[in-house]
Amino acid sequence: MAAYLIKRLSQGVLVLFLVSLLTFFVMYFMPGDPARTMVGQARVTEEQLDAIRDKWGLNDPWYERYGDWIGNLVTGDLGTSMMRPGQGIGDMITDAAGMTLQLNVLAYSLALAIALPVGIFAATKRNSFLDYFSTFGSTVGIAVPNYWIGIMAIVLFSVKLGWLPAYGADSWKSYILPVVVLSIEEMATIMRLIRGTTIEVLNQDFVTTARAKGLAQNVVVMRHVVRNALLPVITMIGYRIAFILSGTIVLETVFSWPGLGQLFFDAITNQDLQVVQAIVLLLTTVVVIMNIVTDLTYAVIDPRVRVR
Amino acid sequence: MTQSPVDTKPKPESPASGHLDHAFNPGPGERRKTWQRFKKHRPALIGLGFIVLLVILALTAQWITPYEPQKVNPRLRGHGPSWDHWLGNDDIGRDILTRIIYGTRIALIVGLGAVSIAVAIGVAIGATAGYFGGKVDFVLSRLIDTLMAFPLLALLLTLSTVFGPSLRNVVVVIGCTVWASYARVVRAEVLSLRERDYVLAARAAGATDRRIITKHVIPNAMGPVIILASLAIGGIIILESALSFLGLGVARPTASWGTMLSDGRDYIRNYPHISIAPGIAIALTVLAFNLIGDGLRDALDPRQRT
Repeated sequence: MAAYLIKRLSQGVLVLFLVSLLTFFVMYFMPGDPARTMVGQARVTEEQLDAIRDKWGLNDPWYERYGDWIGNLVTGDLGTSMMRPGQGIGDMITDAAGMTLQLNVLAYSLALAIALPVGIFAATKRNSFLDYFSTFGSTVGIAVPNYWIGIMAIVLFSVKLGWLPAYGADSWKSYILPVVVLSIEEMATIMRLIRGTTIEVLNQDFVTTARAKGLAQNVVVMRHVVRNALLPVITMIGYRIAFILSGTIVLETVFSWPGLGQLFFDAITNQDLQVVQAIVLLLTTVVVIMNIVTDLTYAVIDPRVRVR
Repeated sequence: MTQSPVDTKPKPESPASGHLDHAFNPGPGERRKTWQRFKKHRPALIGLGFIVLLVILALTAQWITPYEPQKVNPRLRGHGPSWDHWLGNDDIGRDILTRIIYGTRIALIVGLGAVSIAVAIGVAIGATAGYFGGKVDFVLSRLIDTLMAFPLLALLLTLSTVFGPSLRNVVVVIGCTVWASYARVVRAEVLSLRERDYVLAARAAGATDRRIITKHVIPNAMGPVIILASLAIGGIIILESALSFLGLGVARPTASWGTMLSDGRDYIRNYPHISIAPGIAIALTVLAFNLIGDGLRDALDPRQRT
């Protein structure tokens, strides 16, 4: 187990190094001049621009810039933002990530609360109205882009009816639209999966045995089926958690939600390279760590994995 | 599902391995069976019919649309649906139905183009890694891991900013970033295929690595790739629309469903009808491709049938 752990960790570190290098080079080749973007409409001489570039280290060769960046990262210094002067990038990202997490946790809770019971019930009552309805609903829910549902929801509930705010995150009311809209796609995916796995488990021998010994249908489902059918769902959610901070970029811009996606998009459009780099590295680090955790969990459950 | 002539042609250069090709490539009989299983999946046939319709619309757009897609008409700014303009006009008076029909071109070009690029790269890298193993596999696998660690949309937005928004760049950038999942699947398939008896037989008959990979290993690993690719087209169309919606996909004024949605959002208070049609167009197209993907999965891999 220790050998497997060391192997996976060293692979993870290698991947993170490659990710940081790739991120850095993409940023390095970003067209345009960040110094000029920073001064905006102000009249400046070429010397002044050069002084700005010097201050931000934009004139240094690439290996020095990469070394500085990594060196600062390791000491926990993410630098300050260009688009919001004086603000530390670390604080900006922490605040924004908190808002994105809130949105996702609420949306996932809502999605699970509805999708699990409906999916399991649909599987036990094959070809019933509910089964057709949930299958159709999840097929459609996966196909419809969630940001379009967001726009339509704003048209209906904010513009026409005036019930809910269209933008921002000022009161509890502003959470309703983004959370519900985000939960629709998750709901569709989870419902489809849990229905499929429940049907699979229902056909297995131990379920027949449980029925044969005279257990009631709902006892069979609750005690034997659900527990086994949930495993793939947990795996899938674990995989999706890795991308939880980055999955809402478009939806956050639709609702002007002050989260990480919105911050990332602002940073891209304002060429705030430091912020873009920091966010990308954070997102990828989360993915790499989550992958290692998932693999290790498997290795604990299934010893055959360790040998590979 | 037509059969390519290559399969039946005798291979004069090497009679032995030519014979093996015959025995182990999926032949016409297997293809007919696949098609018959696919035909039984009614939603998949409906999806296929819808996509055929879209292809016809895309190819004949300039003859069947009543207006020019870029024709601005200030008098019709934000007009709702009418007899002359079935879906109404957008914020600068362009006919929405015309732009929706032209938008099918973008969706199909991006969906099919990007998937083709991704499959080509993914199969080549995955097969190489799986077949040769060892150091080659280690290097290519870390490359795959690295790419898979990036959140797709964040990477696409960054790359689109670097290369600039245009149709060609969208296709290339999406194609070059989504291949990693295909490579991973192909690698896993090839790892098991390379130990099969018919690969050993081909090697014993003196076939080169290249020949074994292209003639014996890849054709047998394609099933899961076709399933994955057909299920991915819908996701790619949504990605393109999201990129265009954020202004980093297909450049304006080209009619793309994503840019149309972006126009619609800017006028959400005054002309909400602009946003409706492009969203429905995206949803129906993605739905159709997903249904085809489900049908193909059932037809090609009956074990996974749900």
